[in-house]
Amino acid sequence: MLVAEIAWTHVRARARQTTVALLGVAVGVGFSIMMAALMEGSQADFIRQLVDSLPHVTVSDERRSAPAQPAEAAFAAAEIHGLTPEVRRPGIKNPLATITALDAWIPGTTAPSVQTKAVIRYAGRDRNASVVGIDPNREARVSNIATKMRQGTLTSLYRATNAIIIGDRLAERLGARIGANVTLQGERGRLGAQVVGIFHTGMRSIDENAAYVLVKTAQILAAQTGLVNEIRVRLADPMAGLEVARRIETETGYKSVSWQEANEDLLNTFVIRNIIMYTVVGAILLVASFGTYNIISTITHEKARDIAIMKSLGFRAATVRRIFVLEALLIGLIGAMLGWILGYALCFGLGSVEIKSPFVDSNRLPLIYSPLHYAIAAAVALASSLVAGYVPARKAARLHPVEIIRGAT
Amino acid sequence: MRAAGEPPIRARGVTRILPGVVPTTLVHDIDLDIHANEFVAVTGPSGSGKSSLLYLLGLLDLPTAGEVLIGGRGTAHMDEDERARTRLETLGFVFQFHFLLPEFSIRENVMLPMRALGRLSPGAARERAETLLASLGLEDHAGKRPDQISGGQRQRVAVARALANDPPVILADEPTGSLDSKSSEQVFQILRDLVDRHGKTIVAVTHDLGLAERMDRRIRLVDGRIVADASTAHAPA
Repeated sequence: MLVAEIAWTHVRARARQTTVALLGVAVGVGFSIMMAALMEGSQADFIRQLVDSLPHVTVSDERRSAPAQPAEAAFAAAEIHGLTPEVRRPGIKNPLATITALDAWIPGTTAPSVQTKAVIRYAGRDRNASVVGIDPNREARVSNIATKMRQGTLTSLYRATNAIIIGDRLAERLGARIGANVTLQGERGRLGAQVVGIFHTGMRSIDENAAYVLVKTAQILAAQTGLVNEIRVRLADPMAGLEVARRIETETGYKSVSWQEANEDLLNTFVIRNIIMYTVVGAILLVASFGTYNIISTITHEKARDIAIMKSLGFRAATVRRIFVLEALLIGLIGAMLGWILGYALCFGLGSVEIKSPFVDSNRLPLIYSPLHYAIAAAVALASSLVAGYVPARKAARLHPVEIIRGAT
Repeated sequence: MRAAGEPPIRARGVTRILPGVVPTTLVHDIDLDIHANEFVAVTGPSGSGKSSLLYLLGLLDLPTAGEVLIGGRGTAHMDEDERARTRLETLGFVFQFHFLLPEFSIRENVMLPMRALGRLSPGAARERAETLLASLGLEDHAGKRPDQISGGQRQRVAVARALANDPPVILADEPTGSLDSKSSEQVFQILRDLVDRHGKTIVAVTHDLGLAERMDRRIRLVDGRIVADASTAHAPA
């Protein structure tokens, strides 16, 4: 009680030094919270966009390696090289049966699609496009395209014989509006289609190049009845993508790519980015710790005379030490709380800054408000304050009071 | 506590040498008994070891050789905490420069030794502090900070703080050294009164030979050795 009273009186009475010390701790804590929120927020936002806009697993009609030959299966000594492959019919074999089999165990939803390329022609203008054949009802369950419709809906594809939904930038370049009759020129086929919907994802590459038609329409364009060359999977837990893709590949033999594998390079850069982030945040906390240490140890050194007086009166060394450690902790604690407020205010301020990118829609800086950031920053501030108070207090409490009293007189 | 008949402070062969490239002897082979209810002046030229002797008698410093006994109890084997406890219970200090804690009020400064000893509740300590301050004519200044009162008043506060735990012995290092003659006289009279009316034992280092003559006994140090130790004319018969 006495220790707390003395510590509190010291902290309260030395207003200027206490304020500087508190600001030192608060700035360190506040800025480290802001940096962590900003860097982790941008990463999480990027991953969220990836996860939201792409299927979690894409099963294509390719195989990673040539299928084993019967002779290789029968004889261990047999090894066949340079086999000229027969002309293979593209597409996943028995797609409906494959999808039914996958639906039985996959923790999520599946949708068939036909991926093909075409030139879209309208009013004398030609644009290359990736035309995706979809089942509108199932597609809505595996991608968020249904929520990106500006005009029309996915089910509008059922309205016309050959209906097409195109990105708003593609529509703009073609000069096509709802109801426009465009021509699709595929590798093997050509057909007329009516624009029944326009979407806007906010990602330029998609809005400029993608178009959606019914599966049947895409099959006609590819000149192959019953073709399904991609099965798209959306999982309840996107993080299970790798595992699910591996199992699909084992069971079907078709190349299954999870969103993590598709963006492996990007995710690898996040590892480096995380190292940079934690280094930067760690450096801010370290610099702040040195500042805290410097200020608090200076205060403690300045109090050497008071320490000598208290010891000469009969205060035990441990009691004196506790007083100064408690002072440092008080500064650390109050400074950390001020730092929380500062950190939150900085995040709030940055979060309200609007940024415009040529590649995505106007947006705000993505930030994460994580209690962990606040806890770590406060813990580091408290630990450095503790050391800052303890080391000089221990040294001062060990001094014979006479050494200081002689110096003071 | 003190054994019957034992002097409150006794020094036996006390030597203090400051280590260094050239070791410095502060006091050398001091044998000294300070008797109860005695007002002792320690005099001598600057650097003769007066303050060093006082710090050794007050357990603020450790002798290089010899031993200080407080109330007949040896202190050589006491650890730091035991010495602190003994100071708190038995000894009161008055320094030349008052050494009050600047952030605390006059009352709080006087309460500190009582709070550290822990025998009195905060309320009782406050009451005793105010009684002590009133007895020294400082009742109107209890709530002020040390920098809000005069030098003489600060020194009286230091005396009140030394008396906080009612110790039998007061050690004073140039208690009037930084005061004007009026304040100096006031402080001296307070100390004199403590011996005459309250039975305290006081050892005071002073340069003022006039004041020393008004104490009961005068010990003169030169080069860390006692060269004279005699009763003054003021000593009780």
